[in-house]
Amino acid sequence: MSLISEGAELRDQGLDIQALAQPSLASAGDYIALLKPRVMSLVVFTALVGLAVAPGSLHPVTAFTALLCIAVGAGASGALNMWYDADIDAKMTRTARRPVPAGRVQPGEALAFGLTLSVFSVVILGLLVNVLSAALLAFTIFFYAVVYTMWLKRSTPQNIVIGGAAGAFPPMIGWAAVTGSMSLEPILLFAIIFIWTPPHFWALALYKTEDYARAGIPMLPVVAGEVVTRRHILLYTLLLVPVGIAPWPLGFASALYGATSVVTGAIMLLLAWQVFRERRPVERACRNLFAFSILYLFLLFAVLLVDRGWGGLIARIAA
Amino acid sequence: MSIGLVMDEPNKDDGIVLTEAQKRARRSRSIAIAVSLAVLVVLFYVMTLVKGPMILIRPM
Repeated sequence: MSLISEGAELRDQGLDIQALAQPSLASAGDYIALLKPRVMSLVVFTALVGLAVAPGSLHPVTAFTALLCIAVGAGASGALNMWYDADIDAKMTRTARRPVPAGRVQPGEALAFGLTLSVFSVVILGLLVNVLSAALLAFTIFFYAVVYTMWLKRSTPQNIVIGGAAGAFPPMIGWAAVTGSMSLEPILLFAIIFIWTPPHFWALALYKTEDYARAGIPMLPVVAGEVVTRRHILLYTLLLVPVGIAPWPLGFASALYGATSVVTGAIMLLLAWQVFRERRPVERACRNLFAFSILYLFLLFAVLLVDRGWGGLIARIAA
Repeated sequence: MSIGLVMDEPNKDDGIVLTEAQKRARRSRSIAIAVSLAVLVVLFYVMTLVKGPMILIRPM
């Protein structure tokens, strides 16, 4: 989709071409919706943990700037995603009310908004914090908007497996903002989110299969069926639990984190097992897994923040 | 056509006349842009105070 062909494509979709010439009815709230605030809140939280557990010191104002840039960069990639995916968003009940398919924001406006915020967030992070974190943020935006949205999402059932990397980068960016370097610990945080993503999204896809099929998105349940997806969910959860526990035996986290990761990991496994074993209707088990997976990730990172980061943050602010 | 009716109709030379909803939406966008610019000004000012001359150094 390009700006030049936008009018023709809208006409093909049966949208009113005259609307393009009308003054915009988009409110500030519509532009905020383009930033995907709920996704952004998880990105900010995981980036905060990466920033807080990193060794070294960072002035609180610089830390705030880093988080602001990461949040805006994540929002920008969400706007670019909504610009490109407006056609399939319009076909899915979950996304049909988004600003672009609902007609409140024109596709070109969403594109311009996303590109502007992308450039601003990366440049400001590079100028005010450091170059490595800015480069990682730029790569994250590129990965989500181009690799995932434009390429993988419509072409392979492994879309969210590979595309999940985009959501896993924020703690690495937070770490890089403090240290200006990389090490095993932020890569481990990356791995937790990366492996967490497939069972999380496949649980959702299992009870939204018809939506994805209508939009022509080759999600695993659409392409390979329910049984294969359930098996994949269990396999990825089996992989996720030890990776989630790993920071404890590797000495990056205390026994509190170890206990939390073991207990929540066991619940994840139990829910994934229920999804695997459940006969129709599978929806309730999937909803349970989807909801708990969010809590699982939040708890792991929250305990890490309290365990490793909280003391460090207070010390930095006091210094 | 009466004079009163002519005065009620928007003049074609006025260009596009915004509806009340469009005016509200534009005002909401204008306020958001103003707030964003103000945040940027404050951010640059405070960061310059925090970093001092180091603001010109770009670490990795």
